[in-house]
Amino acid sequence: MRARARALAATAASIPVTLFGLTIVTFLIGRVVPIDPVLAVVGDRAPQDVVDRARLELGLDQPLVVQFWHYLGQILSGDLGRSVMTANPVTQDIARYFPATFELATAAIILAVAIGVPLGVLAATRQDSWVDQAVRLFCLAGHSVPVFVLALLSLMVFYATLHWAPGPGRQGILFEDMVDVRTGLLTVDAALAGDWPAFRDALRHLAQPACVLALFSLAYIARMTRAFMLAELRQEYITTARAKGLSPLRIVWRHAFGNVLVPLVTVLFLTYAGLLEGAVLTETIFAWPGLGQYLTVSLLNADMNAVLGATLVVGLIYVVLNLLADFLYRVMDPRV
Amino acid sequence: MTTRAWLLSDTPASRRQAIWGRRYQGWLALKRNPLAVAGLVIVLLMLAMAAAAPILATHDPGTQNLANRLQPPSAEHWFGTDELGRDVWSRVLFGGRLTLGMVVAVMALVAPVGLILGAVAGYAGGWLDRVLMRVTDVFLAFPRLILALAFVAAMKPGVESAVIAIALTAWPPYARLARAETLLVRNADYIAAVRLTGASGARIVLRHVLPMCLGSLVVRVTLDMSSIILTAAGLGFLGLGAQPPLPEWGTMIATGRRFILEQWWVPLVPGVAIFLVSLAFNLLGDGLRDVLDPKQR
Amino acid sequence: MSEPLVTPLVTIDDLHVDFPARTGWQPALRGVSLSLGREKLAIVGESGSGKSVTGRALMRLLPPSARVRAKTLRFDGIDVLNAPERRMRDLRGGRIGLILQDPKYALNPVMTAGQQIAEALRAHQSISRREAAERAVALLEQVQIRDPGRVARAYPHELSGGMGQRVMIAMMLAPGPDLLIADEPTSALYASVQAEILRLLDELVDQRGMALILISHDLPLVSRFCDKVVVMVGGRVVEQLAARDLAQATHPYTRGLLDCLPSLTHPRARLPVLARDPAWFA
Repeated sequence: MRARARALAATAASIPVTLFGLTIVTFLIGRVVPIDPVLAVVGDRAPQDVVDRARLELGLDQPLVVQFWHYLGQILSGDLGRSVMTANPVTQDIARYFPATFELATAAIILAVAIGVPLGVLAATRQDSWVDQAVRLFCLAGHSVPVFVLALLSLMVFYATLHWAPGPGRQGILFEDMVDVRTGLLTVDAALAGDWPAFRDALRHLAQPACVLALFSLAYIARMTRAFMLAELRQEYITTARAKGLSPLRIVWRHAFGNVLVPLVTVLFLTYAGLLEGAVLTETIFAWPGLGQYLTVSLLNADMNAVLGATLVVGLIYVVLNLLADFLYRVMDPRV
Repeated sequence: MTTRAWLLSDTPASRRQAIWGRRYQGWLALKRNPLAVAGLVIVLLMLAMAAAAPILATHDPGTQNLANRLQPPSAEHWFGTDELGRDVWSRVLFGGRLTLGMVVAVMALVAPVGLILGAVAGYAGGWLDRVLMRVTDVFLAFPRLILALAFVAAMKPGVESAVIAIALTAWPPYARLARAETLLVRNADYIAAVRLTGASGARIVLRHVLPMCLGSLVVRVTLDMSSIILTAAGLGFLGLGAQPPLPEWGTMIATGRRFILEQWWVPLVPGVAIFLVSLAFNLLGDGLRDVLDPKQR
Repeated sequence: MSEPLVTPLVTIDDLHVDFPARTGWQPALRGVSLSLGREKLAIVGESGSGKSVTGRALMRLLPPSARVRAKTLRFDGIDVLNAPERRMRDLRGGRIGLILQDPKYALNPVMTAGQQIAEALRAHQSISRREAAERAVALLEQVQIRDPGRVARAYPHELSGGMGQRVMIAMMLAPGPDLLIADEPTSALYASVQAEILRLLDELVDQRGMALILISHDLPLVSRFCDKVVVMVGGRVVEQLAARDLAQATHPYTRGLLDCLPSLTHPRARLPVLARDPAWFA
């Protein structure tokens, strides 16, 4: 128990170092920008004395190291600067847009796990059969499709042609601003308010982007599950389990899968973190007002504060998820 | 004896024979996997088509013909025309040059540099190793696309920026790979033997450690190609890679995206192209892994 | 329990087992025949002789890709070759137990010892979880583990080799089988522990009136504990005799094995090397 706590502390201790590195990277990117940050703030038609004053105010006349020190202090006090585009503090913008991405990513991971894991187990138990080959091909294909192409296709087929899914956006026009924002997750808020039509509407709008986003991760999860299961099914303790006369179902799920659970959970966490990346592309196509959308729009507007702030936040989330994955691994595996 | 018998001999007489024999056996094992062969064929075909683009194109990819815009596929325009009347087939061909060129450029940058960094750090150990680990941690702390986005934002959007940005995000796994392999090999007896004969650290790393990484490297590179293609296309789609009118596949999808409902060929043909190349690399990489790293099957 | 059976417990007649290889079928057993009553049989051979395959064929535990053919393969009158899978599942564990070589790999790493023993019990008897857990602890006591409660709650990686093997024995004896197949049960253990485990096995098998097939490469070790010895080379049985008649073995392989053992009472200047006749492996 003590060894476990010590190992965990070591991992946790490396986090500030990583985060420090993250801030250095974002700081350097911000200072390398070809656009003069002063002009980005005051506009390029401001008189010289305004520009000079702004430069002093922004501290841009100081040596780089001092600037970084200020930047670090700002970050640690939770100030990510002000967005040039929306004129709001970046932290406020991020807090506003993040729940939508969270909702989308969570829905996607639930789908990916619910379908991917059983698929992987199925393929492993029927190795080399046509089922296995089909699953393997599906996984390879699913991992090769660019998510934005899939999104476009999905819109074309399920929205325009079959009319099964509603169009882009998070909710129908009728329902806009009808639900009290409590968690920021439309589906959850609607359910909490007991507003079932709004809930259904939110769910219908969530379905398509979540499915599209899920495919990439689903393919990966199914493939990893299959690989882990195959490795476990070759182990000696499976022979022992068979020799005990246990049913095949029990051997596959209680014994083999029980050992797969630990590395699989780590994979799941890392996949979840990767969904943030896919969300960037999916959100632009489905007009989903999330962090990815915010990031790309800020980029196209050269709003460096917003871009760097959002990048830093995403990096932070990634690091936290990695830490959680590591923690869960140690907790779940009795050998560690 | 025949070349084949020479290659398959159980008792190779020279080092050359042993090395080539092993490579030939690896090739035979790969050939037995139909999916991997399919992947290899497609990759080679795509590379050939991209190289021969000027010959295979039916029209000039940049020539606009507004009277002929958004035409469906026909005998004259095999994949139809886009919103400016340009021939989609020719644009996809030349776009292949761009996309594949970007990917190859990234790999050529990333693989050697990452390898050497990782091998040196792993072999030298000490603070050099720790620093490298921290640096790769930081880079690996970002999802690849998002970090590339941030890098491109700091530079002018374009093909060169995209290549540099992706390269900056893609090198850490190779450094890690080389470091891991180096750590495995570092304490082997044969390395100690070479050191005793007076070989310098550089020589040991280059001639004895790095070759051990080659197997995993090849697998990793091939599989990574797929991911890099998707990232490059993603950047193009977001308007941060190759800029229009360049026929990069991702960019073509971005500009053609609003025609998805009626003139679906405009964004979908480049989309299918991306999918095919990505899939081909995945199939090939999978097959290579079965051959070079069989315990992973 | 100790009345002699009229028909043998195990009858194997002309058993052939082949495994698929790149160039056709690779034979593992080439016509093995042996029979066993309620006694202790040792199958001795080197790696690749087919001794483990014989044991697993009897339980139909070979991989599905293996090809198994025999004139007779019977356990207590049941035709193992053609029995439905359900029947085989009842047999496995319930009537035939299998002890594997290395408890580090043969026990499930994420289940406690007690859980694994209880699982063996509940697979063949409908008892409650609590009762199974209690019986598991009692079984651990029977295999001479001093702190059975603690061991029941322990995970396999927390146990020494000897303890792990005792857990295996407890687990396989739990449902009360008639036959125990021990596949190299002591090969992964320290020499000092080996004799202990074998003695424990010996006692338990005698106590319960079970039959035992002891598979090993160590001829002198097993001949002390068993009634009959079967020697296998290259997938065939080359000698079958009572353990007490071992010194009068006739086959050159057995003689070779016996001769290459150093002796304290009759020291020799030079130990003979076992001469292999390629005919044995063809």
